[in-house]
Order: sequence, then C-alpha cells, then structure tokens
Amino acid sequence: MLIRLLHFVLCLVGAPLLLGIINKTKAFFAGRNGPPLLQPYYDLWKLLGKGAVYSRTTSPVFRMGPVIGLSAVLSAALLVPLGGLPPVLAFQGDLILFVYLFALIRFFIVIGALDTGSSFEGMGAAREVTFSALSEPALLIGLAAIIKLTGHSSFSQMFATLQVGSWASVGPVTVLFAIAMFIVFLTENCRIPVDDPNTHLELTMIHEVMVLDYSGPDYGMILYTAALKMWLLGAVLIGVLTPMHTGMVWLDTAAAIVFLLLLAVVTGIIESSMARLRLLHVPPLLITATALSILALVLVFGGFA
Amino acid sequence: MNPSPFHWFYNCQAADQNRIPEVPIHQFREYILEAAASGKRIASFFVVPSDSDTQRLVAILADENTGKLAILSTFVFDRFASLTPDCPQVHLFEREIAEQGSILPEGHPWLKPVRFHPSWKPGRDVWGRNSQTAPEPSVMDFYRVEGEQIHEVAVGPVHAGIIEPGHFRFQCQGENVLHLEISLGYQHRGVERALIGGPNKRTIHYMQTLAGDTTIGHTTAYCQVVESLADLRVPPRAQTLRGIALELERLANHTGDLGALAADIGYLPTASFCGRIRGDFLNLTALLCGNRFGRDLVCPGGVQFDMTSQSFDKMAEHLIQLKKDVAVAADLLWNTPSVMARFEDTGRIDLHTCRQLGLVGVAARACGAESDCRFHFPTGLFRFAQIPVSTWHTGDVFARAYVRWLEIQRSIAFILDQIKACPQGPIRADEKPLAPNRFAVCLVEGWRGEICHFARTGPDGKFTHYKITDPSFHNWAGLSMALRNQQISDFPLCNKSFNLSYCGCDL
Repeated sequence: MLIRLLHFVLCLVGAPLLLGIINKTKAFFAGRNGPPLLQPYYDLWKLLGKGAVYSRTTSPVFRMGPVIGLSAVLSAALLVPLGGLPPVLAFQGDLILFVYLFALIRFFIVIGALDTGSSFEGMGAAREVTFSALSEPALLIGLAAIIKLTGHSSFSQMFATLQVGSWASVGPVTVLFAIAMFIVFLTENCRIPVDDPNTHLELTMIHEVMVLDYSGPDYGMILYTAALKMWLLGAVLIGVLTPMHTGMVWLDTAAAIVFLLLLAVVTGIIESSMARLRLLHVPPLLITATALSILALVLVFGGFA
Repeated sequence: MNPSPFHWFYNCQAADQNRIPEVPIHQFREYILEAAASGKRIASFFVVPSDSDTQRLVAILADENTGKLAILSTFVFDRFASLTPDCPQVHLFEREIAEQGSILPEGHPWLKPVRFHPSWKPGRDVWGRNSQTAPEPSVMDFYRVEGEQIHEVAVGPVHAGIIEPGHFRFQCQGENVLHLEISLGYQHRGVERALIGGPNKRTIHYMQTLAGDTTIGHTTAYCQVVESLADLRVPPRAQTLRGIALELERLANHTGDLGALAADIGYLPTASFCGRIRGDFLNLTALLCGNRFGRDLVCPGGVQFDMTSQSFDKMAEHLIQLKKDVAVAADLLWNTPSVMARFEDTGRIDLHTCRQLGLVGVAARACGAESDCRFHFPTGLFRFAQIPVSTWHTGDVFARAYVRWLEIQRSIAFILDQIKACPQGPIRADEKPLAPNRFAVCLVEGWRGEICHFARTGPDGKFTHYKITDPSFHNWAGLSMALRNQQISDFPLCNKSFNLSYCGCDL
C-alpha cells in the first residue's frame, strides 16, 4: 500500500522544483546566476506566512477558488502513475476524471476572477476560457487515441501497455500525441509562446491576470496548484512518450524523474529562444494541437499503429 | 508675391522681440493654416500671458525645405476660433492654451485639460472648474463607446512596470481596441512658470530634469537659447563634446528601448543583452562627465568637463566593442521569426496621419517622414558634421525598432569620427548677461525627437517667458492612433515602441 502513496508524496514535494529548473535554465541562457533552485519553495513558505487582503467587492466565491483548485489538483495527483510507481487510485476512465478535475480548477479560478469585477481579470478570464476550449479537445482526443491504441482507459494500465520496444509500431501515434500534449502542457502552465509567466504587463497576461487579487496563503495555494499541475501533465506526457518498463521499480522511477526534469529544461530553452505569440495567433497553435490529436486517432482507427 | 507675414530666422538665431510679427486673429489663422497646408510643421504654439485682458498667442513653425523657422503672433481676448478642425497637429497646443490662459478655442473637437492645473488667470477657467481647489488629474469626461459588446479598460495612473504615472482608457470590443484616450498631468511641476525671472542658479537644474532620460537634449537646447540671447560663442571643442554627449544619450536610450521591446514580447536574449549594453553606453557618458545621465555636463557657454586623449581612446575602444555587441543583440531580433511576427504590422501609422498629427523624431522617421533637426535645423556640431537621416516606411512597431537600430549604427560611427577630429582649445566661454528684450528659439534633436525651447527676455535681461515643447507632446496622439483597431494585448508593445516621456509632457 505504501508504494501506492509514493508518487503522491513525491509529486507534492517535487512539483515546485520544476519551476526552479525552468528559471535556472532561463538564467543560464541569459548569462545570469538566476534565483536559487529552491526559490519556488521559499516563495511558497513566505506566502504562507503572510496575511491575505480581500477586496470589498468580492464574495465567498473568490475565496473558494484557491481551496477548490488545490483540492482538485490533489485529487488529480491520486490518479497519475510515474515510472514504476503506481497511482493511489486506478479505475477505468480515471483519465477522464483527470481532465475534468483540471476543468474544475479553471472554472473556479475564472469565476473568482470575474467576482473581483476588475476589467483586467475579466479580460484574462475571457482569454483563459477561449484558449482552454481549444486545448481541451487536443488533450481529450489525444488521450482517446492512446485509449484506442492500448485498449485501456486507466493511466496505469495504459502506460504499462506501452513499451519502448513497441515504438516501431506505435511510434507515430505516440509522437503525434506527445507534440499535441506538449503544446497543451505549455498552454496549461502559462508558458511562452502562449503566455509569459514573467511579464508585469497586465494587458498581455492570461493566467497571471486572473489571480492578481489573490494574496498571501491564497496566492501560495494558487502557485502550488500551478506547480502540481505542471508536474502531473508532465508525468502524463512522459508516461506516453518514454514508457520504460524494466521491471525494476527504482530504475523506472528514476528514469521518469530525469525525463520530467528534462522536460522542464526544454521548457526553459523554449522560453529563452523565442518570443511570445501574438494573442491572435494562439488559437491556431491550439487548433494545430487538436489536429495532431485527431491525426493520431485516425492513425489508430485506420490500423496504422 | 506678398511679403511673408512671418518673421523667418535660423535655428538659435536671436532677434529683438519687436520682430515677432503681430497680426489680427483672423489673419493669423489664415496664415498658419496656409503654412501647415504647404508642409510646414508647427513646432510650438502657446500663450504668453499678460496682465491685461488681451493675451498673446505665438506660433513657431519649422520649414524643413528651407531649414528655417518662422514665428507669428496674435492677440486674443477670452476666445478664438480653433485651428484644430483644419490643422489637427495643433490640437494639444490649443488644449494647453485653453488650460494655461483660459482662452477658449471655439470649435475644438476634443477640448479637455492637459495637465489639470489651475489656470494662470486666477478666477477664470474654460471648464468652469472651482478655481479655489487644485483640479484632480484625469477628472474629465472620457470618450465612451456605447454598446452591449463594448467594455472599458482603465489602466494607470500606477503602472505595472516601474515607469511614470499616466492614465490610459481603452474602449474595446473583445480584444479589439476601438479607441484609446490618454490622460496625463500627474507629474506637472510648473516648470515653465518657475523659469520666469531666470536664468538663475536653479534654471539649469530644472532643465536637466525636465525629462530625466533626455538631460543632454534639453540642457543643450536651453544652453543654446541662452547663448544666442547673450551672444556667446561656444568653443569648437565644447561643441564636439556636446555632440558626442547627445549621441551617447541617443545610443543608451535606443539600446534600452530595443531591449525593452524584446522584454515585452518575452524574448529574453535581446532583452538581457541590451540591458547590459545600455549600461555600458551610460558608462561612456560617465567617462565624459562623471555622471551616467550627463547631469552637469552641458552649461551655458560650453561644457564643464574635458576629455583627455587617453579617455578618448578608451571611449573609442569601448565603442568599437559595443558596436559588435549591439549588432549581435539587434540582429537576433530581425532574424527571429517569432519576434518579427510580433513587430510587423503592429501599431501602424501611415505617413498622412503622421504629417497631420505633426509627429516628430523616431516615430515620424518610422513612418517615412524625413524629419531630423540634426539635418534640417543643424546647430552646434551638426553644422559641421552631418548624420544621415534614418527612415523606414512601414510605420509599425518594427519600423520604430528598426529606425532605432539604424540610428544606433550611425551614432556610433559619428562619435568615432568626432573623437578623431575633436578640435583642441578651451571648453567654455565666459558667461555674459542676456541681452534685454530679445527672443530666441532653439530646436535640438533629442533621442525621442524634436525639442523646442523658446525664451523671451524683459528689459532687465531676465526671462519673461519660457516655453518648452518636448517631443512627447507631439507624439502622444500618435500612440492613440497607432492603437486603433489593434489588439489590447499589443498595447504595451506599441507603447514601448514610442517610449514617450510623461514628465517631459507634464512639465
């Protein structure tokens, strides 16, 4: 039973590290020392020790956002395996629950943003729902292709079915899925080229602007939720792309963690080497991701994989 | 042909104040409109208050074809027929006149306060505001678009970045901006009023801090005004040092702007490089005078600090290295498709709009207008050494960035030439009192664009009026126009591509 809890604990502890690695990578490319690797942890600790300020125009809906967000992402963390570590819960269709737990987080962050009545936050909320309406199909259709390919709709069984050895046959589908999933990964985690997590310009923000009014522990919860989200989406991506199953739990897990950290490095490199897209050009990017997912599904149905 | 109603003169050429022609308002209007229609630009248009009921309006025109300036004045009571409907480039000048002199420009389509200060005529106010209490900035009727789908976004006065305060109000349909209204005045210090009775010990410090990033530009304009009023001959070596300082200021700011443009679109390499290179250019100014922003370098009669040949060598050596560094940083911008996709076709202004609004400086040259005081109205060093005018024709964010890059290259080459050719000799002429009852106008091409200073002395040789027109004053309307039908998320990028001064406009 204990081993079932391991990934859950690992995820809780390790998630902010991915942000630290991205920031270190960016600093490296900019020729700076950058903040310490553990800075995201210090930030969370600092925020937990602060008081929160609430606007008089907000209602309890605003305060529900961070709590529901964190609970939802913790529930999602129960469903995802990593390397040789099984998830706490596994059942047929758990990945559908996974996707919609993320939708739940978004819903509450968005109504929390609308609750403040700020024009900035309303704008951010409009952008968030527009883009997520386009990224959700990419994710679900991609997962549908993998379900069809493996015959399982539970993460643990799905990943177990995929093998490095079977790349020759299922490669095209997993690669298409991985590209689509990577775009979704960047979108959901507000990274460049879709969003710029470092910008101070409210008018250009998507996710950041919706959480402008949160402070102290509430903001800490939101940052932590975002970090967990990044870890979990990353775990799904590498679960499909690099299915190492040597039978040795520790080796498989270590490999998966290394891949996860590499994913953070790649994200950092992308952020260091390209500009953000014009907001109008984000939907075409997400539609491309959806198209790739559909292509993966077609390949599976056509028996090419 | 009728003799011209204007008094024509060269940049920095002082004359007796009786030479300022006075014509009745209807003729004034006619002459100004005619001159503007024939391509002359209004460099400044302002009220000179008097104790009597009549107040004087003075217009200064710049004719780039002949390299001459023209001045004309008229007397008005409390109102005159607005020129703005026929000549949009005076729109902000007329609002300023209305605010300062309580003179109503009748028929002005957009008559709102500029800086939200009480009128210079106590008890009178064009807007009928209470004259006892100081008006609050941005308290006015904003333009509104009505409709179910329209939303309004108010930004500022406190900004996300560490920049100056200003209020921006957007009328949007979804992400699309229908109109942007800009309301400044938060940094109004009353500089122009404080200069009356000068020059005194404070004057030069006001000039150095009119716009903190344009210290050399504004101080040079002021010193040239004083020198032409006092008939001072600035030694050649001082002229060269001033020219070098002006170009160093341009280099630092243009480089900083390229970096800031990159940062706004999240493109880290150029943002990181340019931040450092800007500092290096500032350090070269420090090499010249000990201060990175050139404070206390330029003074009436010349400059306060001389360069040794060793420090010239050091400057040249650094410049050659910086030239390579800044080329790498800038080329990254032009060669990265994701950057160009953001720059191109964003915030476009066509040449017609540019001329109508009377834009100056980088913003105008990026629309293809060949307008550069260093070339058209040269003073000081630029009479003897020319810098080619850099233009680009697309009028978008890319053009404003690219013109900056062209100017960076030309300024570096220019400074390197001047270091080699720097004449020997004194660096400062002895100060003399200003001649009484004269006026002078000086245009200087600061890094943002044309800086216009006008001064008039009284019988005692002290300033009885001083008028400063910062390039930002001409260009803020350009930013509003550039935003029409753009994405609101592109506003920070457009704003940065203009990078206008708030305090230079607020004075």
